[in-house]
Amino acid sequence: MTRRSGLPGLVALAVVPVAVLAVFFVLPVAGMLARGLWPDGTFDPSGAVDVLTRERTGRVLWFTVATSAAGTAGSLLLGLPVAWTLHRLALPGRRVVRALLLVPFVLPTVVVGVAFRELLGESGPLGFLGLDGTPVAVVAALVFFNVAVVVRAVGAAWESLDPRPAEAAAALGATPWQVWWTVTLPALRPAIVSAGSVVFLFCATAFGVVLTLGGLRYATVETEIYLLTTNLLDLEGAAALSLLQLVVVAGLLALAQRLRATPAAARRVVARSRAVRPSDAPLLVVTAVVLLGVATPVATLVAGSLRTPDGWGLRNYAALASTGSGPGGSGALAVPVTEALVVSLRTAVDATWMAMLLGLLVAVVVTRRSRGRAERAVRAGLDGFFMLPLGVSAVTLGFGLLVTLDDGLLDLRASPLLVPVAQALVALPLVVRTLAPVLAGIDPRQRQAAASLGAGPWRTVAVVDLPVVWKPVLAAAGFAFAVSLGEFGATSFLFREEAPTVPVVIFRLIGRPGEGNYGMALAASVVLAGVTALVVLAVERLRVRSVGAF
Amino acid sequence: MLSLSGVSVAYDGVDAVVDVSLDVPAGEVLAVLGASGCGKSTLLRAVAGLEAPRSGTVVADGEDVTRVPTHRRGFALMFQDGQLFGHLTVARNVAYPLRLRRRPAAETAARVAELLELVGLVGYGDRLPGTLSGGEQQRVALARALAVRPRLLLLDEPLSALDAGLRERLAGDLRRILVEAGTTAVLVTHDHEEAFAVADRMALMRAGRVVQHGPVADVWGAPVDAEAALFLGYARVLDGARAAAVLAAAGRPGASAVALRRSALRVEPAGALAGTVVSAAATPDQVRLVADVEGLGRLDAVGGPGLAAARVPAPGAAVRLDVDPARLAPLRRARG
Repeated sequence: MTRRSGLPGLVALAVVPVAVLAVFFVLPVAGMLARGLWPDGTFDPSGAVDVLTRERTGRVLWFTVATSAAGTAGSLLLGLPVAWTLHRLALPGRRVVRALLLVPFVLPTVVVGVAFRELLGESGPLGFLGLDGTPVAVVAALVFFNVAVVVRAVGAAWESLDPRPAEAAAALGATPWQVWWTVTLPALRPAIVSAGSVVFLFCATAFGVVLTLGGLRYATVETEIYLLTTNLLDLEGAAALSLLQLVVVAGLLALAQRLRATPAAARRVVARSRAVRPSDAPLLVVTAVVLLGVATPVATLVAGSLRTPDGWGLRNYAALASTGSGPGGSGALAVPVTEALVVSLRTAVDATWMAMLLGLLVAVVVTRRSRGRAERAVRAGLDGFFMLPLGVSAVTLGFGLLVTLDDGLLDLRASPLLVPVAQALVALPLVVRTLAPVLAGIDPRQRQAAASLGAGPWRTVAVVDLPVVWKPVLAAAGFAFAVSLGEFGATSFLFREEAPTVPVVIFRLIGRPGEGNYGMALAASVVLAGVTALVVLAVERLRVRSVGAF
Repeated sequence: MLSLSGVSVAYDGVDAVVDVSLDVPAGEVLAVLGASGCGKSTLLRAVAGLEAPRSGTVVADGEDVTRVPTHRRGFALMFQDGQLFGHLTVARNVAYPLRLRRRPAAETAARVAELLELVGLVGYGDRLPGTLSGGEQQRVALARALAVRPRLLLLDEPLSALDAGLRERLAGDLRRILVEAGTTAVLVTHDHEEAFAVADRMALMRAGRVVQHGPVADVWGAPVDAEAALFLGYARVLDGARAAAVLAAAGRPGASAVALRRSALRVEPAGALAGTVVSAAATPDQVRLVADVEGLGRLDAVGGPGLAAARVPAPGAAVRLDVDPARLAPLRRARG
């Protein structure tokens, strides 16, 4: 750590993640785009332009923007009161509630889709609303997913918000509403805008929910890419849409990056939460409603999984050891669900260590102090580069991997490592976002002090960094594990027939007619949700604030 | 104007303020003086309505405001570090309470100009708080607090965040501004000099209780016990025979203990006490020395007017010392 220039060290640390990202991310995405823009080996964007001017494309685009905007607005509207209630009020059990709220966010998208269909379907508890298969259902599911993002991101900012400006305003005669409008909201605006843009991003690239809830009638750009590739084999169209999405999302991501709340206030104030007053009732009611809204789909899912043609029972769970019922007595699946669960867990383990290895390197690279303008520029560039997977749709990634890795040198399609690699890339930004703030928060003078007292570089890491970082590392690993368990977009392209993951199996089961298959899908969803929830609750116990706050 | 009776505040069951009763007449400034953690800021927050007292009442102008929310009390609170709103300009910060009350724009602008002049910041209206020095920020915070002529101004260590020289200058300004505006104010501080410079009355707090209160001169001239005396800037406390000797030399009636300021003993050729110099040092204003005084032990002393800095007595030299009766305070009891 005594080098004059950090550049050589920087390059050494960055080379592995950059290479991995280049091969498994940039190359596939570029290949996917090339397929659309260079259809016959020559540059010919007319096909792509054609796709973009199709009437259906316009509809898809409009639907994407409209549902994403509605989902974002809904998440913010419901998330803000909950953020305040759970982060500023001394409510008993609020930690548990905060942890439970994170569960929907990592629930496998397919599971959420199934849960909402179960809830809103004709025979569901809310079937009378007639919302099944409508855009409202899609938006509701998007809000269900993302309200936790708002609660965590804004809640964390709210919790570390110095209470004194608000008190000063109140002492100057501002009513609680005026305090909120003139002091608190301006202070929270960066966090709100940043959470809003991330939620918009998640909504716009949502795949599993829209596919299960929107069907063929309502498609977003993401599901349209999937349909064009897998059902219609219209690669040009898919590439054109991917390109469009890439441009829009990259722009949005850059905007979010700029707006992200900079931790300018180095000192972390954690405001003392105050006791509940009668005047808090409206916000408590909103919070209760949101919690109920989050719990209902999950409860319906569990109830549905226990319902069998002959009353309540565990038959659907018992059936998980089978391959379901298909036409002519053959199974709906190539392997039993239990085997898929083993595959899922094994894949998640692989994806987790890959994401952690890459994520740790990236986090160290982007947070070390730069010693010159060139170095700072390189670091900033790398930071943005590693965030790319957050913005590029998993479908594009999966499809890109599928089409580029088939030629000669890099034929990894048959490799059992391909799915974990793709999932690791999807989880990478979340890992980096969890670790980077923690590493950046370590005062470099601590390292300098250790060094000046005679500690070598490794010793310094062990003494200064490790005690601060081990919990966030565990938390990030758990988070990556959960994300990998639920990953569907990229996996749906890359899985091998003989080794599908649970989300893939669930999607296949709900696509096959037969009461037994649907019950099995519900049971499998419950199992997957349960495993994911356990992982997330364990992560939450570590109390790492940067988890899930982007 | 402000009347506290039996106010107690507890945080999570731990008492921070215990049974405090105080009165502040209209137009006067009360300084609540105490070490950090003594509960003085909590008391201020309770007066402001930011903490709910466990028991006791807060009465302002004859109206019980104990259960009135902060924003309806008509007070203003100024924090140690100003707490200016960083996203608003200086003028907008000062205008904030006026705009809350929807005063006409012209009236607001005129009042802001008047206030900026009062605190000596004419022409600063368009600056952002981040570009101001600490002292300037405190002036803006003061102007903002005074904007709507609050019936009570609460000041939480208003000068503590500033460096020494600035603090002294600003304390004088603060006194002038408060008197000119005729504001009733409660000032919380751990700095006795700040309290002397700004306040009319003083309340000394320790472990959540008020141990002494009254006009500044009264409290200063007769600390209730040794700890209070030391907190008020007295250098040493003597008791028993040594107290009697000093008081006799000063020509004052006897007491069980006496607190001496640093300058209570002065080198004087015809002084009543004899001693030998232990150490001596010249400061820009006077010569300071420690002397071993016969029958009294080691005490602080200063050089008299005749003792120029060039003639600092050497250790071991014999000196005669006189006691300045105005610079000592007889104590009713030695221990608190």
